Amino acid sequence: MAGPQIERLIQLLARLPGLGPRSARRAALYLLERREALLEPLAAALNDAALHIKACPICGNFDTHVPCAICSDPKRPRTRLCVVADVASLWAIERADCHAGGYHVLGGVLSALDGIGPGDLNLDSLVARVGAGGIDEVILATPATVEGQTTAHYIADRLHGTGVMVSVLAHGVPVGGELDYLDDGTIGAALRARRPL
Amino acid sequence: MDWQDDAIVLAVRPLGEGGAVVELLTRAHGRHAGLVRGARSKNNRGVAQPGNRVSAAWRARLADQLGQLSLELTTAHAARAMEDPGRLAALSAACALCHAVLPDRQPHGAAFEALDALLGALAGDSWPSVYVHFELALLRDLGFGLDLSACAATGDTRDLAYVSPKTGRAVSAAVGAAYRDKLLALPAFLTQGGEGDAAQIRDGLALTGFFLERHVRPHLPPARDRLAGRFGG
Repeated sequence: MAGPQIERLIQLLARLPGLGPRSARRAALYLLERREALLEPLAAALNDAALHIKACPICGNFDTHVPCAICSDPKRPRTRLCVVADVASLWAIERADCHAGGYHVLGGVLSALDGIGPGDLNLDSLVARVGAGGIDEVILATPATVEGQTTAHYIADRLHGTGVMVSVLAHGVPVGGELDYLDDGTIGAALRARRPL
Repeated sequence: MDWQDDAIVLAVRPLGEGGAVVELLTRAHGRHAGLVRGARSKNNRGVAQPGNRVSAAWRARLADQLGQLSLELTTAHAARAMEDPGRLAALSAACALCHAVLPDRQPHGAAFEALDALLGALAGDSWPSVYVHFELALLRDLGFGLDLSACAATGDTRDLAYVSPKTGRAVSAAVGAAYRDKLLALPAFLTQGGEGDAAQIRDGLALTGFFLERHVRPHLPPARDRLAGRFGG
């Protein structure tokens, strides 16, 4: 039905998150029908990204500059470091525009199921960054899952004795959340982390 | 094919955009996995966390299929343990151990009860001792129970201080003194009840870890090693 180039395009699109073979076929057809408006600019953008975007050797963020725009921004204080599991988490915090310090991307979380141990994460570079001095606080912004929090506690243990304050994100009621729809664990965590008004 | 059962979440493996293959330890159906649609949705992501006690319903066309699970949270053990590194380490180690050593779809009611008791004990301060008892119960349920009731040499039930690595039977302090380098330490709280201190917990974990590695699984999960490391093991 389709030539090998189209089949290859569909196979590659199907490997993207959220796309299966059927939706990949639709996406490929959509691109081919909009060659000038979408397919060629997308191909050029992908080629450009493959050539120029690199992982920052300091924090692990993706950027065209080395070091990345966040690490090289002189306006951002270097004293506060936010540790995240992946670049998606870094971008989420940047979107929230509430953290002005630096970042450190771990590249995952500890997982017994997937065989991810401390040696598979960017932990040594984190310890080295903290050990180099100039950092007052490390904010552990790992996921609020068993694996994410296990990773957070492991990092806290590794940083014990460095003199750096280690903090962790609060767990509780999300903005717009109604208590009736929250799970027991979240309500319990929110109650335990209550603060005086 | 379908069943409903009490269960504890052991592991969660994301599948697709919002689903997950969730592995449970059930009371009557053993270690059992199933697909949970929407497991990572905003409303359900807190349910499918290792350690959580759930009410599970499994359904499949054929018995050997993966099948679909629907979960209803009964007790949010994971969220309660997250704030304390020791408790979280115990929860992770227990779930990883059950995931690693229990056979698939074979009833292990005693292992379920022991894990349930451990997760319940995480709310209190005696959880380290309960954890060691959990591993002893796991060994017993798998057919490798230790005999800590009397000295293997004299039959004496008092002053038990060692365990023979060959037989898994207790040895009294007097008899074992000459062979102490070859014997495993038996912490007092395992024979006399009560709670053990950090050194006794370390000895208890070394004892159960030795027999788990010898009889059940050559290399214990990293989560178990991290828990033992918290007690200097």
